[in-house]
Amino acid sequence: MRAALTARQRFWWTVIAVVVIVFALFPVASIVATSFKSSSEINSGTFLPPHWSTENYEQILSSGGSAQTLFLSALRNSIGISLISTLIAVVLATLAAYAIARLDFPGKRLILTTALAVSIFPVVSIVTPLFNLWRNIGLYDTWLGLIIPYLSLTLPISIWTLAAFFRQIPWELEQAAEVDGATPWQAFRKAIVPLAAPGVFTTALIAFFIAWNDFVYGISLTSTDRARPVPAALAFFTGASYFDQPTGAISAAAVVVTVPVVILVVLFQRQIVSGLTQGAVKG
Amino acid sequence: MASIDVKNIVKEYGDGFLAVKGISLDIADGEFMILVGPSGCGKSTLLRMIVGLEDITDGELLIGGERMNEKAPRDRNLAMVFQNYALYPHLTVRENIAFPLRLHRGEFSEEEIRTRVERAADMLELNDHLDRKPANLSGGQRQRVAMGRAIVRNAQAFLFDEPLSNLDAKLRGQMRTEIARLQRSLATTTVYVTHDQTEAMTLGDRVAVLSAGELQQVASPRALYEQPVNLFVAGFIGSPPMNFLPGELGGGKIRLPFGEFDLPDRIAKAAGDRSLVIVGIRPEAFEDARLTQPRDGAFQFEAGVDVTEWLGSELYAYVPFQTHEAVEAKLAELERQLDSEALRTQFVVNLDSASRVRDGDTASLWFDPAKMLVFDPESTVNLTYDETEATRLDEENEADRKASIERARARASKEGAAA
Repeated sequence: MRAALTARQRFWWTVIAVVVIVFALFPVASIVATSFKSSSEINSGTFLPPHWSTENYEQILSSGGSAQTLFLSALRNSIGISLISTLIAVVLATLAAYAIARLDFPGKRLILTTALAVSIFPVVSIVTPLFNLWRNIGLYDTWLGLIIPYLSLTLPISIWTLAAFFRQIPWELEQAAEVDGATPWQAFRKAIVPLAAPGVFTTALIAFFIAWNDFVYGISLTSTDRARPVPAALAFFTGASYFDQPTGAISAAAVVVTVPVVILVVLFQRQIVSGLTQGAVKG
Repeated sequence: MASIDVKNIVKEYGDGFLAVKGISLDIADGEFMILVGPSGCGKSTLLRMIVGLEDITDGELLIGGERMNEKAPRDRNLAMVFQNYALYPHLTVRENIAFPLRLHRGEFSEEEIRTRVERAADMLELNDHLDRKPANLSGGQRQRVAMGRAIVRNAQAFLFDEPLSNLDAKLRGQMRTEIARLQRSLATTTVYVTHDQTEAMTLGDRVAVLSAGELQQVASPRALYEQPVNLFVAGFIGSPPMNFLPGELGGGKIRLPFGEFDLPDRIAKAAGDRSLVIVGIRPEAFEDARLTQPRDGAFQFEAGVDVTEWLGSELYAYVPFQTHEAVEAKLAELERQLDSEALRTQFVVNLDSASRVRDGDTASLWFDPAKMLVFDPESTVNLTYDETEATRLDEENEADRKASIERARARASKEGAAA
């Protein structure tokens, strides 16, 4: 139990919290506000748009909008590529992490350290060789050409978080299931998977964000609408004329790509926090 | 239901550690066998080898006469209750109990599962909790759910791995009698692991005492108590534990730290020509001379009492003494094996609660030298071990066990006829 805060402490905590929130959310609020400004008012100098307009959203979303083809295809690529790489990463990581948490096999530490090494390896350093390799073997500017490097980012962290999660689940549960007459696969599916679900959701979410937010691979390994994801596509937005900055359209696109992330977090919030393992063992 | 034969089983871990060093046990059909010993003696490992959660390095395991060494746990048809219960937290109590039945798809109809679960819940008084989740149950209720999961199917044997060690003292006593009642009424072969000698003595038809991966003695509780084969068993069984004193022999007399007296013939013969032995005397062998007259042949002595503990039903008095350096090392080693730590050399006497011996008193105590046990200080073997007596006690116990199963069957059939 924490002691109740004194009025003075409460005041300072509130001040600190407000400062942090403003610092963190001001850019987001600024982008949202900018996205509703019409192109003529971009340089209005006010924080809130003088006249609320959906011009920028029309530009990227409605048919006939100048950036519509560019943005919608990028959105499709981003969603598809991120979902597929998340799915593959989570399935592989679940099996790998289960083995790492439960079995004693030679090379177990090697796998974990390799995974860690891969995840801290700077992305920029392999982008150029990858670019050449992908062009030679025909993976350049394809979904698969992005899914593979994304797996290298999402798999290590998924394996680490899931392995930590599996270690928390008491081994006795599977042993009890096996004594009760379950095959190892049944024990895994009926006793472990339901308990691991919150951990798997959390991991999937993290993996999805990593893939969703990537810029370096996205811009380097694609060249057309075929595979270019949203973060890369934003760089190709153009204004109405050569001298026009596409600030409004970029802001609108940024808001649109933030929405799925927020929805995902809200949706899975409960699963993430769920304390399902409680009561499995003595309490 | 089946017998379990453990034949010279060995468990060696990957790092070369020998956890179980060749143990043989015959557990009869319907028998309640206890594996007891201090922590690290290999009792849990042995149980886990029987159930199939550990590989057997060497030796043979037969269940119902069939070799089980290579079989997976699910093919052995045993039911186990884990120390931490291992309930499935995402399932209700009903589904937890039904879990083993549901795994055998198609074998049981939905209707049959329901009646079986309810019958198990009836026996364990869990009917009111069937739709709750384990997280919302108390420790004792969780323990009962774990037992329900074990009894719901017709397992060949029940295996318990320290099932009561997570409960508080009062609940432990209640669950202990509950387990005894359940085992008697189902008459299922049971192997029960515990480090608690009270559980071992009260529950077991027979008790196997283990130490450092080796079987010390298998016998009925009474035979263990009265005829322990060695110093370890004598020190492990009984509470408060047996007192061990150095005894110097010479000229037909024995000298203990509190006095010298004539050695009874039987013990003199057992001791042979040794000049030093370890003498074991149970705390309850002592009497307060002020309350009861010394019996014929009893040895009476004065002892300075250090501390007393009055428990209502009895009184423990602690008497410090000077030990003999020749046996000191051996007794210290025994303490280590028993997981206990004696800070000072003292012996404890268990007197009638009416005794008025108090801290700092000089008490007049007596005991019957015929009740002494004499151990070899080197090999720690009980020199006064009487095999015919031990066998007689075991046979008596076995007859009692059969009679009580018979009674339980008769009662069950009478109730069945009445219903």
